[in-house]
Amino acid sequence: MVPLSWYLIFSAILFSIGLFGVLSRRNLVAILLGIELMLNSVNVNLAAFWRYGTVTNITGQVFAIIVFAVAAAEVSVGLALVISVYRKRNTVIADEIDMLKF
Amino acid sequence: MSTETIIWLIPLPPALAFFLIVLFTNRNKALSHTIAIGAALLSWLGSMIVFARALGVEHFGEHPFESSINWLPLAGSWFKIGVLVDPLTALTLFFVAWTVLMIFIYSVGYHNFGQPEGDHDQKGLPPHGATVEEHGNKHVVPSVEPMYSRFFAFIGLFAFGMFTLVVSDNLLTLFIGWEIMGLCSYLLIGFWHGKKSARDAAVKAFLTTRVGDVFMLLGIAYLYSVTGTLSFREIFTETTLHALQLIPSGVLGFSTAGLIGLLLFIGTVGKSAQFPLHVWLPDAMEGPTPVSAMIHAATMVSAGVYTVIRMFPLLSLDAQTMSVVAFIGAFTALFAATIALAQNDIKRVLAYSTISQLGFMIAALGIGAYIAAIFHLITHAFFKALLFLGSGSVIHGMEHGVLHTGNHKVDPQDMFNMGGLKSKMPITFWTFLIGGFALSGFPIVTAGFWSKDEILADAFAHNLPVFITLAIAAFLTAFYTMRQITLTFLGEPRTEEASHAHETPWTMTFPLLVLSVLAIGYGWLGIPEDFPILGGLLPNWLHEFAGATLAHHPEAGEFHPVPLLTSFIVALGGLALGYLMYRNVNSSAEDKLQFGFLKNKYYVDEIYEAVFIKPVTWFADKAVYQIMDKGFIDGILHLFGPGTQGIGDAIRNYFDLPFINRFLGDGSANVTYFSGEKLRVIQTGRIQQYLMLALILFIAIGAVLYFFVFA
Repeated sequence: MVPLSWYLIFSAILFSIGLFGVLSRRNLVAILLGIELMLNSVNVNLAAFWRYGTVTNITGQVFAIIVFAVAAAEVSVGLALVISVYRKRNTVIADEIDMLKF
Repeated sequence: MSTETIIWLIPLPPALAFFLIVLFTNRNKALSHTIAIGAALLSWLGSMIVFARALGVEHFGEHPFESSINWLPLAGSWFKIGVLVDPLTALTLFFVAWTVLMIFIYSVGYHNFGQPEGDHDQKGLPPHGATVEEHGNKHVVPSVEPMYSRFFAFIGLFAFGMFTLVVSDNLLTLFIGWEIMGLCSYLLIGFWHGKKSARDAAVKAFLTTRVGDVFMLLGIAYLYSVTGTLSFREIFTETTLHALQLIPSGVLGFSTAGLIGLLLFIGTVGKSAQFPLHVWLPDAMEGPTPVSAMIHAATMVSAGVYTVIRMFPLLSLDAQTMSVVAFIGAFTALFAATIALAQNDIKRVLAYSTISQLGFMIAALGIGAYIAAIFHLITHAFFKALLFLGSGSVIHGMEHGVLHTGNHKVDPQDMFNMGGLKSKMPITFWTFLIGGFALSGFPIVTAGFWSKDEILADAFAHNLPVFITLAIAAFLTAFYTMRQITLTFLGEPRTEEASHAHETPWTMTFPLLVLSVLAIGYGWLGIPEDFPILGGLLPNWLHEFAGATLAHHPEAGEFHPVPLLTSFIVALGGLALGYLMYRNVNSSAEDKLQFGFLKNKYYVDEIYEAVFIKPVTWFADKAVYQIMDKGFIDGILHLFGPGTQGIGDAIRNYFDLPFINRFLGDGSANVTYFSGEKLRVIQTGRIQQYLMLALILFIAIGAVLYFFVFA
């Protein structure tokens, strides 16, 4: 069986790619994609820990499913916000949406 | 009712009357005096029953009526109070009850009950008269006293004090009664408190008697600390008296008995106005005349003498104390009699004669003439009450004349404004004459003769200097009494007012008649057995009865013609000389005895003013007011004010303003403001920068925790 650490390393790489995307991409939709990547890396982690821990205890799987649901909801709200911002300001570039400053 | 119960009840009705009048009926004059007189009548009735029952008891001296209850719990025992009626008390109750009742009745007339309200009378001032219209003519009549009810309340309380004093069986309740009377005396002298002279007299009387009272209280405390009891019957036992006589007090060679006796006697000196504390009594004449009669002639001042008589078994143990008593008494008798010679105010003459007569009693006690002192105490109470009430009647008649003429400058009390009142006021004249003759000791007929003769006889037998002093005083007494009668009643009216004086109402004359009967008749109860001709016709009842109070029955003195002749000569001589000298005197300028030092009462008031009052006021002003109060107390306060202000300023300037306000208050605001100002630049509004910052901080904090905390 593949050792646990491989999953964890994979998951860490995936998380870092997602984080990099969130921090570096200018497009709001791309940032949302990065967030999805980070959430899913967490899901890999959860599944791996479930498999290598007590199998009868399905907490990890349940948690992963909840994360899916939350991610789906979050993406739908996020996209709705993006469309709304686009309608108001005619842009989806994160740096240009900076009204939350002094 | 048992006799003891009656005795307990005797003092209560007047006290009850006092509270009833003060609390409920003070707006109703008729009801107030009815209550007061009713109460006096009940007390009188009780006293008479007790007196009558006392007469029926064999060997009453050994078996007096007594009853006591536990009152104050002390360590392991009780302080008892109770009542005691022995022969002395029975006799005192008799004259107190009579004079009190008569004076209560007299007060109704004196305060013009039934007359209209005054035109401009004020509370605290004597009534000025009221204008009435009758058959179209306006004329002025006496007006009713504005504080009528209050007067009856006060004399009720006074009667309570007197009865309490008389029936009590111990020195403490005696002292309580004594002080109640002192208070009433103050209230009643100052009854017309609108007059400055009355206010001053009230304060003077209160303070002067207070001097005596303090010593008396000391005596009582001393007696209690030595014997552990204040009950008369327990003190006057053979063993206690013997012990008191033997223990030296350590003061001036007095035995304990002597010193206690002396302290108690000083109380009497104050209350009975003996030299040197006599100064208050003449001024006390500022009060209404019934008060002068009751308090300052018949009862309260007698209470002082009564107390000395009561404590006689104790006093007589020490010869030194007895000589002090005899000296003070004899000296006062003569001293006051000389002052009375030059007084023109009808009441002041009587005031000084009261002092003088009380001196007779005190002197009699001092030479051991116990029964003579009791005898004179009783007869004096009757004839002096009579004289005072008579003088009140005269003043009342004169005031009537003053109201008639409307000339208020005429002093209705000045004897030189009177004259010829004999025909205007016959009842007053005849009763006053009886009283005056009794006071002078007019031979055979009057009570005053028998009692004064007994004092003189005892003095002759025991102490010649006292005898001579008292004989001279008795001569002067007869002289000034006749001067008074002559100036007041005989001759022609010297003023318009005197010619319009007229007789007073029956409420005033009735007590005069009753008292004049007693002023004559009472003397016949004490005629010595071996008196020529008259002796033995009537048994010397008083001697037997009063003498039984003492454990050792005093022997009646041997009859001697010298004191008897002296009594005759001084009384008749004084009366005759008084009449001859004054029958043609028309004004005070013609009076040959108006010497300055007599007129000014030997300057005793002035001396007291200079020796006591001036230094005290000086001390009060300079030391107490200027130095203590203004300098020290105010100084402290003035230190506190600026001091606290200075501290406050310092705290404000050096702590509050710089530290609290500037540093903490302004400082925290400034820091927040400044740091906000600096930190606002990181607030870019760019979401990715925030996230970057969060990431860096997360890594940094994570690294710190990893290396420093969890490592």
